[in-house]
Amino acid sequence: MAVLKDATAIVGIGQTPFAKQLPEAERALACRAILAALDDAGIAPDEVDALASYTMEETDEVEVAKALGLGDLTFFSKVGYGGGGSCATVAHLAAAIATGQATVGVAWRSRKRGSGPRPWKNTTAQLPTPAQWTRPYGLLRPADEIAMLARRHMHEYGTTRDHLFNVALACRNRANQNPAAIMYDRPLTREMYMNSRWISEPLCLFDNCLETDGALACVLVSTERARDCRRPPVYVHSAAQGLPAQHHGMVNYWNDDPLTGPAWTAARHLWKHADLTPDDIDVAQIYDAFTALIPLSLEGYGFCGRGEGGAFTEGGALEIGGRLPLNTSGGGLSEAYVHGFNLITEGVRQLRGTSTAQVPGAATCLVTAGEGVPTSALLLRN
Amino acid sequence: MLTPVVDDDGAPFWEYAAQGELRIQACADCGELRFPPRPCCPHCRSFATEWRRVAGRGRVWSYVLPHPPLLPDYAEQAPYNVVLVELTDAPRIRLVGNLVSEPGARLDSVPVERIRIGARVQVVFTATGLPQWVLERP
Ligand SMILES: [Zn+2]
Repeated sequence: MAVLKDATAIVGIGQTPFAKQLPEAERALACRAILAALDDAGIAPDEVDALASYTMEETDEVEVAKALGLGDLTFFSKVGYGGGGSCATVAHLAAAIATGQATVGVAWRSRKRGSGPRPWKNTTAQLPTPAQWTRPYGLLRPADEIAMLARRHMHEYGTTRDHLFNVALACRNRANQNPAAIMYDRPLTREMYMNSRWISEPLCLFDNCLETDGALACVLVSTERARDCRRPPVYVHSAAQGLPAQHHGMVNYWNDDPLTGPAWTAARHLWKHADLTPDDIDVAQIYDAFTALIPLSLEGYGFCGRGEGGAFTEGGALEIGGRLPLNTSGGGLSEAYVHGFNLITEGVRQLRGTSTAQVPGAATCLVTAGEGVPTSALLLRN
Repeated sequence: MLTPVVDDDGAPFWEYAAQGELRIQACADCGELRFPPRPCCPHCRSFATEWRRVAGRGRVWSYVLPHPPLLPDYAEQAPYNVVLVELTDAPRIRLVGNLVSEPGARLDSVPVERIRIGARVQVVFTATGLPQWVLERP
């Protein structure tokens, strides 16, 4: 890992608009986001020799490479488990570039979930969870699976709906500052939150992410190469994946301790190979498919003690100027839900000083992938 | 309603359930229980398994109340409960299920205010062999 620390940098980011429905297909959206990221970096498409995305990405490397006129690829990788893969796409490229397998890497995610089908509506296909033990009982959607952990966290540690509201509000407040966010002009109040309809008690409408169409990409090169790029480099300081020994996916109920999720495993590796501690983090982009994942992640990544994740959100801790400004583009809850890739690009903007909700002087950023599935995380610095 | 899409490892569970028995996979060498069923024991790596009958008593570890949008059969009963039951015999074995007033009753047949974490429950089986749970003290 010493070889990976600050050895590579993100030098380009790109994205399409985010919307409930976009007219173009996922492949076209992917191509637009990748070209935008390469242009941002000032790197020609034919220099790209590495690609990484999610196993759930439906635009494959062959089609993307052909459509964009990329160079000969010497590294390509796909990371499993949906939203858990976001940061690992960058981690895989970093490892490939640091070890000389490639020189210019592109990671991307293109998704039409705003207008597309919901995979869990399929009544017969096996999902990547042990569905026979859960679905006949009506535990049908990811929200139901995470709500079970949320209820237990509330029972065991006194986490409240106000704590979850603090998370939803911080994301919405940041989205209100971000013209690219779906919730740009739509403020959230406590009254709206408390009176909204239930999705799966104890989770309500505003505890759930937005279903979105859109695509994003980023470009990674060696630190040496990064000096010649158009934008200031954002270094990959540390990277980690995490699949705990007893992990069972979204329904982590058969772990000895179901409230200790993949974040704990990823965090141990992430901090072990970093010069930073949680106290050194200026801003965080934490995967927020559901508000209830934030307290679990705050504990897992060591920002507070076990069971203290709800209380951590009090007193404006997650707002700009607070202890840990969170999801400053609006996150999955209020900017766009594109399997968490927007958290990576926002981390880059913060360290460039170009976020629409800029944390003054931000020099370090934690970015995390889906908690509740085998996950991944990045420590970025400028 | 959805029926279990059974795999090779899980099939014995459902066969016993169809006979009204709650059985959990155990290692035939080291004796450790495991769930969900797996081909190999994570403690001693033995492939020898047996299916141990458990008392079918437990406590509610957590629960959720799903509301629509849901699949039609479930939406019609919503909001209903889904409980996670920790077995008394084996506290780290937790089974997802529904708390009902009697075997085969609707998924919303127990009033929400009766459901709480820690409540003692007893297994029952539907006519098709799906395990469900009733309150020990209804
Ligand atoms: Zn064994």
